[in-house]
Amino acid sequence: MARAVTTQRKALNTAIAWTIGILIFFPILWTVLTSFKTEAEAIANPPVFLFFDWTLENYGVVQERSNYMRFLWNSVIIAGGSTILGIIIAVPAAWSMAFVPSRRTKDILLWMLSTKMLPAVGVLYPIYLLCIELGVLDNRYALVVILMLINLPIIVWMLYTYFREIPGEILEAARMDGASLKDELLYVLTPMAVPGIASTLLLNFILAWNEAFWTLNLTSVDAAPLTAFIASYSSPEGLFFAKLSAASTMAIAPILILGWFSQKQLVRGLTFGAVK
Amino acid sequence: MATQSSRSAARIMMAPAVFLLLVWMLVPLSLTLILSFKRFLPLRGDRIGERGDGFGDFLLDYITGFPTLDWVGFQNFASFASSGAFTDAVVTTLVIVGGVLAVSVIFGILLAMLLDQPMWGQGVVRILVIAPFFVMPTVSALVWKNMFMDPTNGLFSHLWRAFGADPVVWLSDVPMTSLILIISWQWLPFATLILLTAFQSLDSEQLEAAEMDGAGPFARFFFIALPHLSRAITIVILIQTIFLLAVFAEIFVTTGGAFGTRTLTYLIYQRVLESQNIGLGSAGGVYAIILANIVAIFLMRIVGKNLDR
Amino acid sequence: MFTKTVLRTTSALALCVSAGAAFADGHSATITIATVNNGDMIRMQGYTDQFTEETGIAVEWVTLEENVLRQRVTTDITTEGGQFDIMTIGMYEAPIWGSNGWLVPLDGLSDEYNVEDILPAMRGGLSHDGTLYAAPFYGESSMVMYRTDLMEAAGLEMPAAPTWEFIREAAAAMTDRDNDINGICLRGKPGWGEGGAFINAMANSFGARVVDEEWNAQLDSEAWANTLNFFNDMMQESGPAGFATNGFNENLSLFNQGLCGMWIDATVAASFVTNPDDSEVADSVGFALAPDNGLGPRSNWLWAWALAVPAGTQQQDEAMAFIEWATSTGYIELVAENEGWANVPPGARQSLYDNPNYADVPFAQMTLDSILSANPTEPTVDPVPYTGVQFMAIPEFAGFWTEVSQEFSNAYAGQQTIEEALANGQNIVNEALSAAGYQ
Repeated sequence: MARAVTTQRKALNTAIAWTIGILIFFPILWTVLTSFKTEAEAIANPPVFLFFDWTLENYGVVQERSNYMRFLWNSVIIAGGSTILGIIIAVPAAWSMAFVPSRRTKDILLWMLSTKMLPAVGVLYPIYLLCIELGVLDNRYALVVILMLINLPIIVWMLYTYFREIPGEILEAARMDGASLKDELLYVLTPMAVPGIASTLLLNFILAWNEAFWTLNLTSVDAAPLTAFIASYSSPEGLFFAKLSAASTMAIAPILILGWFSQKQLVRGLTFGAVK
Repeated sequence: MATQSSRSAARIMMAPAVFLLLVWMLVPLSLTLILSFKRFLPLRGDRIGERGDGFGDFLLDYITGFPTLDWVGFQNFASFASSGAFTDAVVTTLVIVGGVLAVSVIFGILLAMLLDQPMWGQGVVRILVIAPFFVMPTVSALVWKNMFMDPTNGLFSHLWRAFGADPVVWLSDVPMTSLILIISWQWLPFATLILLTAFQSLDSEQLEAAEMDGAGPFARFFFIALPHLSRAITIVILIQTIFLLAVFAEIFVTTGGAFGTRTLTYLIYQRVLESQNIGLGSAGGVYAIILANIVAIFLMRIVGKNLDR
Repeated sequence: MFTKTVLRTTSALALCVSAGAAFADGHSATITIATVNNGDMIRMQGYTDQFTEETGIAVEWVTLEENVLRQRVTTDITTEGGQFDIMTIGMYEAPIWGSNGWLVPLDGLSDEYNVEDILPAMRGGLSHDGTLYAAPFYGESSMVMYRTDLMEAAGLEMPAAPTWEFIREAAAAMTDRDNDINGICLRGKPGWGEGGAFINAMANSFGARVVDEEWNAQLDSEAWANTLNFFNDMMQESGPAGFATNGFNENLSLFNQGLCGMWIDATVAASFVTNPDDSEVADSVGFALAPDNGLGPRSNWLWAWALAVPAGTQQQDEAMAFIEWATSTGYIELVAENEGWANVPPGARQSLYDNPNYADVPFAQMTLDSILSANPTEPTVDPVPYTGVQFMAIPEFAGFWTEVSQEFSNAYAGQQTIEEALANGQNIVNEALSAAGYQ
């Protein structure tokens, strides 16, 4: 920003932006705070904000009821596996679309995106049957494949737009120097594409982590991720806001922390090549 | 420019992704199509072949179009479309998609403009704003429904009472507004981030030049900023539409499809899983695909134009 | 880390199918139980270690919210998915699934288990053609729970068997809008197991029925209009704001906070509202039978959460062993010993009500009386072709009644009139029943 700005103006901006930021973040903050309250304090009127007896009791109850670590580990495997597998399959495809475009390239891309528009609820039954016949119900690796397929269009598209930002002349130059296709991929393209790949990875990890339809319906014990974990806390007998908050916090904390630490990469990748 | 060999190499490199997606599209699509012409009531004992006789036999049943199920022609399509719920569901779907898109694009632009201004602690504010995007839809729906919108113990009701007003019963009095609020909260960060990045790449010299020429802030916004953002806005609309057409958890948790919030996806869910009428639900699925494709063609028109720079 | 994960993922993919098979084999001494996240079931999970110690059988729990559970187990049973060795189901599913041969008949239970001790109403509701298909973990009916202090302040006395007219008057008398006290809290939430269950049971006492003997919908009858108008008018007068979204949980929470004069709901709630840890009004709760209109049927339902074994399970013996353990008198004593008699799973066994220790529990007798006064084979004034008190034991019911209850809730919320809701409901029921070939 080249324009000079008065301190007054800057202070005003800061005040407005922080107010809005805190408002948007407030539901999450409130959930985390509530998870440290007793049930009575959780529904107290007027609400207590910070000055209550902080307790870890709710987390104890939640952990006692369900093996949180197993759900967490399954989430990590499923989200991580599907994202990495997706990247492995998508990178060559996106590369060839970006650098060797044909008349049909855009059609193929748009077709890929359109496969995401099939309503999942409509095909639950047959897919469930298919999984039974293949013996992969409640199997993490089956979910890895399914979530990979669900997110593949987005991955290809993100990588494609990102790769298109890479100037083609560099490739030409490399080719002139006698670089093979493999070299081109490994030594020229990959380093330039790493930031884009990283943010694609991140976004799809988040999408896979939060996918709740297939993960809930195709798992029971061995492969059940955090989406199944939270399904056992919605509306138990009586409304237990504090315990619900504790379970919610446990379900979103890992991804929230990851997201915050990597938000720079995420933001960069989220442009979808929208910005030169 | 591209040689013949690089063309064929490219084709080979694209093959796995195209093949996998083709399978992933064709298998569910063909299953939905076949079943939509069948009477399939699992609770009445209808079965797709015998269980446990191996994958080969299942494949054979599949290829021959599940001969154990009765063919009913277009009956499922007729009854799905003739039920009064159908048109309402289509309208509800479009209102939710349109509403959330409007909220996230308009507020996304405003928020991005704000965050683009110089301020202290911009990084932290950005972290705060992006956070809702990481929250699972189920969790966000549970939190909003119970801790904010509950008419007795929700935070909103406390707030309303503090000002001496009668608490709003969010989910039954203003169900669509509530749903759009919840879903927008999840998607606004996404829109804001993309638009913010677009804003940051805006040529400030161009803006200054315009300012010198006497262009007011509105003129600068509409004639310089907005055209520059058009590509980013297109991307927000495209990606969000894909996800919004499939919104499910938020409705399942909050209203269960009552109070006029039943989308097409939710109606199909009711037919398939609550009524266990797979044939009827599959017919609904086919309608949903048609609707999605109408929306898609409409979108692709814009996108196709905006993607060509 | 990265390469490791990639390697692991790819190699595992190749072995996908065999891995699936290996998972199934590796669990020879583990049973998987799908259950609902109700308080009594959560408590049961806490005692699972004792079962494992006694028998050497390990237990994996899949605990889900009620609607999700129904969807999961139904998909699994109709596709013979074999994900669960024991499923928690209700009185609605047990006879339907049993008649289809999807459940293992519970006829090999041991003598000590004493199946005769299970209340006949429960046994009947969980059987098909005289064969028991699910063992009740707890049973319930519905009854009136009321605040004795508010009732006294209003100068009224609750009869043991009130009428709807009395309930409406008492509700109006107890309502104190300035202090947020609602005279009555009832379920208006959409869903066949929520508001749909309540209004259906209530309709029975108004002489209404869902269908006639030829399976023609009867929602356009005067009796249904009376039921819905009475309910809606009473709730607008004396009910909480937003009752159209209140189900069991929401009302329990309201009652425990002292915001309801009366609450007509599941008898199992009695142990929650009288528990001083959760309830602010624990020491001033009275109980009465669900109201009637002098026509015969009262407005109470009959329900049980029960454990059943799907026919495809590889571990039938282990599953049976668990069912015998969890629904035995021994389990009841175990809970009583650790958490007091008020917290044992109620409503399943006669011996519990014969036990002098349990007689001291304030709601014990009223629970039993309520259960005994429900008649699933003749739930209505006029004859009907179905059984079940707040449900019809046919597979299509859950689907169409959920939609009908949505129409009703829309009317409670003021989005349409009662007449429109009933007309829409009439169409929904007729469409569903004719499509299924009843008409």
